[in-house]
Amino acid sequence: MHIPDGFLDTKTAIATATISTVGISFAFRHLKKSITPQEVPLVGLAAAFVFVSQMLNFPIAAGTSGHFMGAGLLTVLLGPSAAIIVMSSVLVVQCFLFSDGGLTALGANIFNMAIAGSLVSYGVLKGIELINPNAKGKLIGTAVASWSATVVASILCAGELAWSNSVSWGAAFTAMANIHMIIGIAEGAIATIVLAGIWRARPEIIERAKSVSTIPPLGTKIIYILLIAIGIFLFFTPFISELPDGLEKVASTLGFDQNALSKPLIQSPFSEYQFSIFGSSALATISAGLIGLIIVYILSTILARMLISKIRS
Amino acid sequence: MRHDFLDRYSRQKSSIHNLPTPIKLLASFLIIIGTVTLPHKSWIFFGGIGLFLVIIVILSKLPIRFLFRRIIMLEPFVLGVSILTLFQTDGIILFSSIAIKSTISLLTMLILSNTTPFENILSLLKKIDTPELIVTILALFYRYLFVLIDEAEKMQRARSSRTFKPSLKNIWNSRIQLISELFIRSTERAERIYSAMRARGWS
Repeated sequence: MHIPDGFLDTKTAIATATISTVGISFAFRHLKKSITPQEVPLVGLAAAFVFVSQMLNFPIAAGTSGHFMGAGLLTVLLGPSAAIIVMSSVLVVQCFLFSDGGLTALGANIFNMAIAGSLVSYGVLKGIELINPNAKGKLIGTAVASWSATVVASILCAGELAWSNSVSWGAAFTAMANIHMIIGIAEGAIATIVLAGIWRARPEIIERAKSVSTIPPLGTKIIYILLIAIGIFLFFTPFISELPDGLEKVASTLGFDQNALSKPLIQSPFSEYQFSIFGSSALATISAGLIGLIIVYILSTILARMLISKIRS
Repeated sequence: MRHDFLDRYSRQKSSIHNLPTPIKLLASFLIIIGTVTLPHKSWIFFGGIGLFLVIIVILSKLPIRFLFRRIIMLEPFVLGVSILTLFQTDGIILFSSIAIKSTISLLTMLILSNTTPFENILSLLKKIDTPELIVTILALFYRYLFVLIDEAEKMQRARSSRTFKPSLKNIWNSRIQLISELFIRSTERAERIYSAMRARGWS
């Protein structure tokens, strides 16, 4: 999901760099106020930890492999502001030493994976904590948060590429969102099992991590919400209405007949439901996303139930 | 112990290595920003910048095979995204232009990271009044990155010497365990580092 150089145009590069700078500076202000000297090495080591975990390949099938992102897990362990700083440092070092992710795309990569990744995770975690304020809730929260962070980051990435006119929205959205809905499940499972592993071996680490993750003050919280809103406003809403259009374009360049799209081979009740009740494609996209979220929540509950007995034993 | 793949050649000597860090950083940034903002189809400029970079590579005495291998390693990321550009009118031109722009930027970053030790960048950051905390975090990150890579490799070696038939499930399980063990070891090491830092007067 690291955008290389050359894919973003000037306006997108500048817009994302500005949002990211604001995000990082607020995260840094909050971290500086809340961090104790003891935790400074932990933040540096956490960045090295994320970097090394991202180097481990998880083989999928047919020679392809993916890697762990870690924004969700970090937010659980260190809180949103520290997670933003850690993920940003990882992205900066990856850009400089590894040439993974471009220099002009650094702002976009930081916004997608560090800022949106951590803040979406934090929001989801807090939401699930309200429903489920116990250890199991934390495990479910980790899984759903990691999935949401992955999906949101991929959609933002697609929006940025489309906004730069280098990729059509239809192609980018279908490629990125669909793949990352699946990748996100793996991300969520890995993050949750890792958290459970740490919990079982060293419960005090989870307890201590709580003290690092202080709740951001109201002002910072408002800025965080604003940043996410601006990101969604810039990189998602302009394209929502274009969704079917983009899909048709992909289909026509791939050689499908235009008529084939209007008459689906299998009349699934789901597609009927999407288009007749909601009418607009925007609502259809959002409702499809929500259904995905519910499925992931159910899967996470099953996983959490399996892991919780291991932690307690 | 083969973790020097990151910036293996950054501590050599050559006329490029000896240039002051700010100049190298600024030049690289200008090349990349210039290449990226150029309109598509400005092939002559791409050729010119490409030629300039080749001269820099020769002057810096970086092994061509190493650079070539690194570019091949990173190119799938570029091509993977570029393929999406083919789904529109003029896709081929856009595709080749974006692929060339990305490759030029990649080569520039590779040359920069392999001619400039990271600590030089850190001391530059310190000079331009970056907050102390950020420099400390980045310095610790870079220093212990190699230690953690070693640790992960050790664990992986131990695992693979005990696993004769690695199935997909086996690999996933061991990698996940490795990640949680790595975090535990990171926190433990962070505690020891803190004591060591305090013992040397850090506050």
